[in-house]
Amino acid sequence: MAEPSKQEKTAVVDDGIDVGVSRLTEEKIQSVINSVIDNETGVRLKTYVETCIHCGLCSEACHYYLSHDKDPHYSPVGKVKQTIWEMIRKKGRVSPEFIRQAAIIAHTQCNLCKRCAQYCPFGIDIAYMMSIVRRIIHRLGVTPLYIQDTAHSHSVTMNQMWVKGDEWPDTLQWQEEEAQAEIPDLRIPLEKEGADIMYSVIAPEPKFQAQLLYQAAVIMHVAGVDWTMPASVGWDNSDMAMYTGDNEIMGRIKRAHFETAERLKVKKIVMGECGHAFRSVYDMGNRWLGWSMPPFTIVHAIEFYYDLIKAGRIQIARKFKPPVTLHDPCNVVRGAGLGEKARYVAHALCETVIEMYPNREHNYCCCAGGGVINTGPPFKMARVEGNRVKAEQLFETKTKGAEVLIAPCHNCHSGLEDIVHHYEIGLEIKFFSDIIYEVMEKPA
Amino acid sequence: MHSFYNFVSGPLAWIAFLLFIGGSIFRIGRMLVLVAQKEPFIFTYMSWRYSFRSILHWIVPFATVNWRRQPVLTVVTFAFHLCLLAVPVFLLAHAVLWEDSFGIRWWSLPDTLADTLTVIVILGAVFFLVRRITRPEVRFVTSASDYVILAIVSAPFITGFLAYHQWFAYPLMMGLHVLAGDIMLAAIPFTRLSHMIFSPFTRAYMGSEFGKVRHARDW
Repeated sequence: MAEPSKQEKTAVVDDGIDVGVSRLTEEKIQSVINSVIDNETGVRLKTYVETCIHCGLCSEACHYYLSHDKDPHYSPVGKVKQTIWEMIRKKGRVSPEFIRQAAIIAHTQCNLCKRCAQYCPFGIDIAYMMSIVRRIIHRLGVTPLYIQDTAHSHSVTMNQMWVKGDEWPDTLQWQEEEAQAEIPDLRIPLEKEGADIMYSVIAPEPKFQAQLLYQAAVIMHVAGVDWTMPASVGWDNSDMAMYTGDNEIMGRIKRAHFETAERLKVKKIVMGECGHAFRSVYDMGNRWLGWSMPPFTIVHAIEFYYDLIKAGRIQIARKFKPPVTLHDPCNVVRGAGLGEKARYVAHALCETVIEMYPNREHNYCCCAGGGVINTGPPFKMARVEGNRVKAEQLFETKTKGAEVLIAPCHNCHSGLEDIVHHYEIGLEIKFFSDIIYEVMEKPA
Repeated sequence: MHSFYNFVSGPLAWIAFLLFIGGSIFRIGRMLVLVAQKEPFIFTYMSWRYSFRSILHWIVPFATVNWRRQPVLTVVTFAFHLCLLAVPVFLLAHAVLWEDSFGIRWWSLPDTLADTLTVIVILGAVFFLVRRITRPEVRFVTSASDYVILAIVSAPFITGFLAYHQWFAYPLMMGLHVLAGDIMLAAIPFTRLSHMIFSPFTRAYMGSEFGKVRHARDW
């Protein structure tokens, strides 16, 4: 059995963390920790801490723990012990070095995927406790640089990627023109008041994945959907502020999103294949704004495609030939129960679907979500090496014949790219929309 | 010795029951007040249906993925907790006390069966102790209080077992047994033994979030 005190020392340099820590004093740390715990938490944190029986049954839920040869530092409760337990036990009297380690643990060793909540016999929400740690880290100004930059972008531009006001409609127009070469009467309707659907995406789509906008426009056109996109801010549904514990900015950007849908008088919001954005719009941001459930019907792309295919509004010309496997993103499968609909779509589009195990709510995380990929290059290897178990799961699925991996979530997609590349698994990764665009019947 | 026994089974037992019942009510009441004061949204998301769906899965052995992944632990923990509850309540000697003290009559366990159940509790405690020491992921999060609560829980059973078999000084063992029982009762609301009180609530809340909002299984 592994020795409990073995953890490779992280020699990571992150300017957000390092500069932030250099400015800390013990007094400031204490006052911030106690302020967060006294004013921003309540019965949940208290009950979770007092009820946890230290049984360690959450351990095997965590891909970091499994990938690090069961090193207990990486178990969910182990991470709680190294962060919030100590902060509470010492009443906030912890050192700057402790805060540095807490920032690394909470931001780069936990994806907030909540798989552990399914393994704890008491249903203790460990991801919530990690979010509290991130909130403390945020208020101490020690958030990792790259994700903090993203939160700054949200604050300044109301989108995640510093997309400027004119770049957004410009990109849509560009993709509209591109698509018109294929379907001459295709439009990307901007600011169409009273449309059925507002389609919202995350800022990486216009920034460097514009073909996804093209594909979405083709799908909308062929299915005859009455849709629109806003020309103003509010088009971006992403939310890294949610993951840095910057709840105030989370609230601002979600409000802009909902108010844009309200201004356009649409019936519902359909969003692209993104998981964290769904979590923000459907579960987190709305609560911060005081809506127990979102003020609009929120339809994730998986459900949207399911509806379109089921209703026969898009027809499959010829099914996708290479065998595929399906990755269940935490935020829409564990977070919204879309696992069966994702399977319906996959089977409707593809000739062969090979399941990976575990799957559905019990799927292993991509290790990119929860803002971890957004902590950028300094922590890339932390998430790739921290998810060896995913590589093993994918490799096993590949040996059963899978050639293509469908990942209907942006973070999963990017994170799995890194894993597939690093471990040389040799799977091609696609979104549902890539495959739909390829196999659907389009006007000649 | 008689006065010691009379003290632990008289005034001290009353205090223990008061602390157990009063403490439990206080802790639950305080929890509900805290919900109302600071996180009233929790009530919004609670659902009876999904609460019981979740609780039912977790109180049935092997009904959850994690119980199935840990077959030995599952058998031990269910046996341990069932016997832990059954023996104090249904032991014949206790049933006599229930009737003498409170006039409550109910079904009681045959002595040999109760003896076996007691041994199961003790062996279960040994299993948990060994697990805590040998499993790295458990040892890493273990604090002194974990050993203390294990001792608090096993003491009434060990002393009860010894007293029943009269292997050592019976009157002393009997007194220690009652004292250990008093300590356990009183400790439940004020130590992490309070998972007895709180776990149905934490489970119900997570079950409600998973059922009502996430439309997913939490087992």
